[in-house]
Amino acid sequence: MSDTSKSVAELFVSRFGDSVTVGATQSGIMSLDIGVEHWLEVCRALRDEEDFGYEQLTDLCGVDYLGYGQSEWETEHASSGGFSRGVDRLGPGRFDWADRPEADQVEQRFGVVAHLISFRHNKRLRIQCFAPDEGMPIVPSLVEIWNSANWYEREAFDLFGIVFEGHPDLRRILTDYGFTGHPFRKDFPLIGNVAVRYDSLKKRVVYEPVEIEPRVLVPRVLRSDTRYKTDEVDLAVEAPASPEQADSGEAN
Amino acid sequence: MSEIRNYTMNFGPQHPAAHGVLRLILELDGETIVRADPHIGLLHRATEKLAESKPYNQTVGYLDRLDYMSMMCNEHAYVRAIEQLLGIELPPRAQYIRTMFDELTRFSNHLLWIASCGLDLGAMSMFMYAFREREMVMDMYEAVSGARMHAGYYRPGGVYRDLPEEMPLYKETPWTRGKDLKRRNEWREGSLLDFVEAFAKDVPSKIDVYETLLTDNRIWKQRTVNIGVVSPERALQMGFSGVMLRGSGIEWDLRKKQPYAMYDQVDFDIPVGVNGDCYDRYLVRVEEMRQSARIILQCVDWLRKNPGHVMLKNFKIAPPNREEMKDDMEALIHHFKLFTEGYCVPVGETYAAVEAPKGEFGCYLVSDGANKPFRIHFRAPGFAHLSGMDEMTQGHMLADAVAIISTLDLVFGEVDR
Repeated sequence: MSDTSKSVAELFVSRFGDSVTVGATQSGIMSLDIGVEHWLEVCRALRDEEDFGYEQLTDLCGVDYLGYGQSEWETEHASSGGFSRGVDRLGPGRFDWADRPEADQVEQRFGVVAHLISFRHNKRLRIQCFAPDEGMPIVPSLVEIWNSANWYEREAFDLFGIVFEGHPDLRRILTDYGFTGHPFRKDFPLIGNVAVRYDSLKKRVVYEPVEIEPRVLVPRVLRSDTRYKTDEVDLAVEAPASPEQADSGEAN
Repeated sequence: MSEIRNYTMNFGPQHPAAHGVLRLILELDGETIVRADPHIGLLHRATEKLAESKPYNQTVGYLDRLDYMSMMCNEHAYVRAIEQLLGIELPPRAQYIRTMFDELTRFSNHLLWIASCGLDLGAMSMFMYAFREREMVMDMYEAVSGARMHAGYYRPGGVYRDLPEEMPLYKETPWTRGKDLKRRNEWREGSLLDFVEAFAKDVPSKIDVYETLLTDNRIWKQRTVNIGVVSPERALQMGFSGVMLRGSGIEWDLRKKQPYAMYDQVDFDIPVGVNGDCYDRYLVRVEEMRQSARIILQCVDWLRKNPGHVMLKNFKIAPPNREEMKDDMEALIHHFKLFTEGYCVPVGETYAAVEAPKGEFGCYLVSDGANKPFRIHFRAPGFAHLSGMDEMTQGHMLADAVAIISTLDLVFGEVDR
């Protein structure tokens, strides 16, 4: 992108060497992939060194990369009878607890993504690392460096089962007391597992398996084209109708 | 001699001062708080997971229900994230409408805050006054979107429709008639913009009324001055944003520092506190309401002079209108595609933040090129603020916990998501 982002990228590379990979810059926020073994050391430098000065961790969350880039609705062949169509694969929301898909061996399944702000440089930065073992993902905790990571890490632990080593108080935070499973993992059903209701006969709250059917109305499709840009074709269609409309279209 | 132990008390989840469904486990030494452990998640609806199973546009409605006191600001963060990945730019009129409604939202959020904070600390009449004004903002929401609260008005590519040319009027009822009816309809004779202008011009006088009631009120000051003091360093460490940060003396406002929509075109000031206590945060919020009114008037002025489109004229993202659909086959196809499948967002990840009334509301979006988000995470300001609750309450009296919860300006829709 711009010169400044290039020079910032060079700064990261010259300071941290192989322990970081500079990723894409989107809307002025650069992303930085950090090896999990250098996670703490790099973060400490990002906070303390004058060149970086990221004083605040604004956001931290987990990401489950299972099923990334998979489409449920692919056209493989076309014949005189029509296109081959039909939903295959168990995409998000399409399965219940019993049919939940076996997680494939995905390398780099669980990622931890954090967003930092440097108030003095007025800059944001996205840092991310991947947990080495997807069976028992463990990532060092950032609570010591930025205290605000505390609840965010609890949330990522609760929803994704990522264990933050060195966290002072790693408890579940959003789910129910005694909840099992990690609901935001891609192999956890959208409809959930158990439902709670008050049983007037037993005079207490009972847990039962959910009864609702999994239902998804729109299949997940992937289309890699660039037609979403306001292109000349659109402008040409608009232009004769009224001269005003060109204003809205001149975005690109 | 018997052993003296700390007393553990359960506060909430159903308590009028808990602002929703906060359960707080308080460890008390006499009446002094030793430790506060907030238990949240009672309103957790897995919005982020639901969003993964729907096309992008269908999630806009869920965003209103996150922070259900500042609906349009949440939508703004979400649509901005999508727009960034799509690489589209909006018509300026849409940007001005968004700026205006963001500020109206900020105003109504702070009204609700001042109302409920007053109620918590014993200033009951505040509630009545603030809700009187808030009702007007609700009417504006309704006029523009059809819904009083959960508007769903911002869409990727602009806003759903242009501002209406006329405001609905109150009808005569046995309780409202004659002079009363005339007074209620006084501002509503013209268009929505006339109504907004009359309202925004009147706002400073209404804020003066609130300030007369509270600012120098002895009881109000006793309950808020030096309560819940946060130093600037700690505010940064604990991830505070918005008023919680500005109250502690850090001049940081995304509208100024990283401007979005049309905030770089309007003139306004950022109020900053000094001591970082509850009273300073109150003063900052009151001043923000005045500044909002200023911004709203500037937007009204611009919107009057510049008619135009409010939605991108790109049928790949924004639907064509009904008329076009009736006589253009392309438009019909686009409409069908948009509402059955939606649009695919290019591969990438982005983070879009807006200065919501409560602080920085951010949306982290990962797209793998599908018509549904791969992962979406909402950065709710209240979540970070509540995590600082333990530190803020330590050493305070039990009654002060109420004041502190109140100035955090929590809404559990966004804390629990």
